[in-house]
Amino acid sequence: MDLDLTEDQEAIRDVFADFFSSETGPEQARDAEPLGFDSRAWDRLIETGAPGMGVGESRGGGGATLADLTVVVEEAGAHIAALPLVDHMVATRLLATVGACDDDVLAGTTIVGLAIRPAQDGTARTVPTGAVARQVVALDGDALVLIEGDPGAHLENHGCLPLAHRRLAGATVLADGPDAAGAYRRALDEWRTLTASTLVGITRTALDLGVGYVKERHQFGRPIGSFQAIQHLLADLPGLLDGARLLTAKAAWTGDRAVAGQTGVADIGDNEITDFATLACMALVSSGEAATTATDRSLHVHGGYGFSEEYDIQLYFRRARALSVVLDDPARECRRLADLLLAGPSTSSPPDADHVTSGATR
Amino acid sequence: MDFSLSPGAVEFRAEVKAFIADHLTTEVVDQMHATGTFNDKAFNAALADAGLLAGAVPGYGDRDPIELYILFNELEKAGAPYDGLAVTMLVAGVINAVGTDFHRSRVLEKLLTGRFNCCLGYSEPDHGSDVASITTKAVRDGDEWVITGQKMWTTMAHVSDWVILLTRTNPDVPRHKGLTMFLVPMDTPGIEVQPVPTMATERTNATFYDDVRVGDEWRLGEVDGGWAVMGVALAFERGVMGGTNPAVPLLRHVRDWATGATSPDGGTMLSDPLLRERLARTAIANQVSQLLTLRAAWIAATGGLPGLEGSMAKLYATGRYQQAVAWFQEMAGAEGLLAFGVEDAAAGGWIDYDARHAPVTTIYGGTTEINRNNVAERHLGLPRDR
Repeated sequence: MDLDLTEDQEAIRDVFADFFSSETGPEQARDAEPLGFDSRAWDRLIETGAPGMGVGESRGGGGATLADLTVVVEEAGAHIAALPLVDHMVATRLLATVGACDDDVLAGTTIVGLAIRPAQDGTARTVPTGAVARQVVALDGDALVLIEGDPGAHLENHGCLPLAHRRLAGATVLADGPDAAGAYRRALDEWRTLTASTLVGITRTALDLGVGYVKERHQFGRPIGSFQAIQHLLADLPGLLDGARLLTAKAAWTGDRAVAGQTGVADIGDNEITDFATLACMALVSSGEAATTATDRSLHVHGGYGFSEEYDIQLYFRRARALSVVLDDPARECRRLADLLLAGPSTSSPPDADHVTSGATR
Repeated sequence: MDFSLSPGAVEFRAEVKAFIADHLTTEVVDQMHATGTFNDKAFNAALADAGLLAGAVPGYGDRDPIELYILFNELEKAGAPYDGLAVTMLVAGVINAVGTDFHRSRVLEKLLTGRFNCCLGYSEPDHGSDVASITTKAVRDGDEWVITGQKMWTTMAHVSDWVILLTRTNPDVPRHKGLTMFLVPMDTPGIEVQPVPTMATERTNATFYDDVRVGDEWRLGEVDGGWAVMGVALAFERGVMGGTNPAVPLLRHVRDWATGATSPDGGTMLSDPLLRERLARTAIANQVSQLLTLRAAWIAATGGLPGLEGSMAKLYATGRYQQAVAWFQEMAGAEGLLAFGVEDAAAGGWIDYDARHAPVTTIYGGTTEINRNNVAERHLGLPRDR
């Protein structure tokens, strides 16, 4: 057991913490709104090799593990980088498994996205990076297909994500059958894991912003961070943050083990879970809750300023929600998780929305 | 990161699981709930005789320290009577950290046999979270000390051989600077134990100390140095020695019940989508609680004192446990109110039991508010305001 990053991962973290700190941040995120794409920073990121770093070295990539990639994207999330990095990393790895990752995609000069929801009526709807990606990988039935062409029309949204619908018409079939569907499901679990890590980065900075503000802001003659009511809102967050980060790291660890052929278990009776699909789903729900809770509380302790565009916390607040639900309602993710953990799928229809409770406490 | 246990730790865990399968009989569990004493001396002795307590004292011996985490985690998951054992081994850890050769030979070595117990004498009727204000006094008389006062929530005192007792030895200095810790044999004349029943049937005690005389050799740590000893004890208590995975047996009991229970909407309760969502959310919380606990254990295993990390684990785990209990009791309806052994009781009465037990988990071992203060001040660096 070792709960520290490896030396290599520490080096990766330091390099990308420097990169995202100098090339991205709240100012650039504002400039990139509403589309949510910072093309200048993407060009600089291409120079680092990050877009193709998750592809195996034998296929011309950087040979990074999923665990390595979580370290990179946590920094991207912490610096609110308006970059389609997670989707590009996951899609390049998926394309590489079917031998369809060309050099431009590997380099990042062609951006590739992932349709994370099932296509409806020949359209992949609200593709997370559909408004900036020239290529999009999607699952059409049991067929893995590649959509190519101009990015779709941007759908203006809550989190300023580059969302767009993409038509499947004319898409190339890359692979077909159970193996293709399996590769797509694996990619979706990698997307869950890396999005979870992005949300961990958002949680981290949201907490820092809140703590920094309450130390500076004075009311009634003292810093508001000296009031216990404020302290206790923030004191739950380090556990949420660290718990989400550990769970995401564990998911990535099992994801890398699965590549090496090691299967896991999912036994809730013994709290013994090493199955990648299970942990990826858990990590996304857990990190989504951590990020929505942390941004909510941090915004709240900013008072009216937290609600204003001038302060940075609102940028994190909106992205936390967007990344938490862009795949699906977290409650439905939990029911999907239940299908992985428990015998038999649910049979009756979902309850009324107002009866569905969140795991979040405030 | 690497979340796998070493081959030695895997082997140890298998031994603990095998021990539990052999020794955690229905009689042991029933006895624990019937008496409210979550301590079984025969079970503890058998653990020691099987060689499973060698790594159970924090900071002591040459066993892989992760064994401590594994032992208490497995006992907690199984619903075994481990509360008394955890406190006893915690005291053993304090003795190991600050005790003398006398304490080691007279107490620590005996504790490792599993045949003796210790209890904690910190809180008083008027001083709980504000423990630095306690008034039980110890006055030096030659080579002896005379102790007078009252302690509250002295759980396991009625089955204990020693109590670690926080006393005031100097009333003329700031409150946390005038405290001294003693290790006091429970058969010393002048000690009285009175039971305090609780709504969860777990028994605790009030203990009274009337001119209790002990030699100076029973002092634990420096004179007026009791606060530092408390710091060591609390760092061991929070997170590492059980108490942060209580929803694991709950989830198992509810899942097993839901598999066979009929839903008023038709089908089984296990097909209810809201119950499935909540079971999944609880499974997530259990993984996070395990990882936060594992981190605290790992810090301890690599030479640190995981006080803050333990606070985070306890804050998270106990809050989620209470939420899960409330969900499942509501969803079980009237059957969720029925007690152990009663016809139709949901999950055989476990839901009722957990619902009665859950409130104390955010109180004992440091309240949620005290843990939040710790995290706010020492982790987030917010200004102290008390």
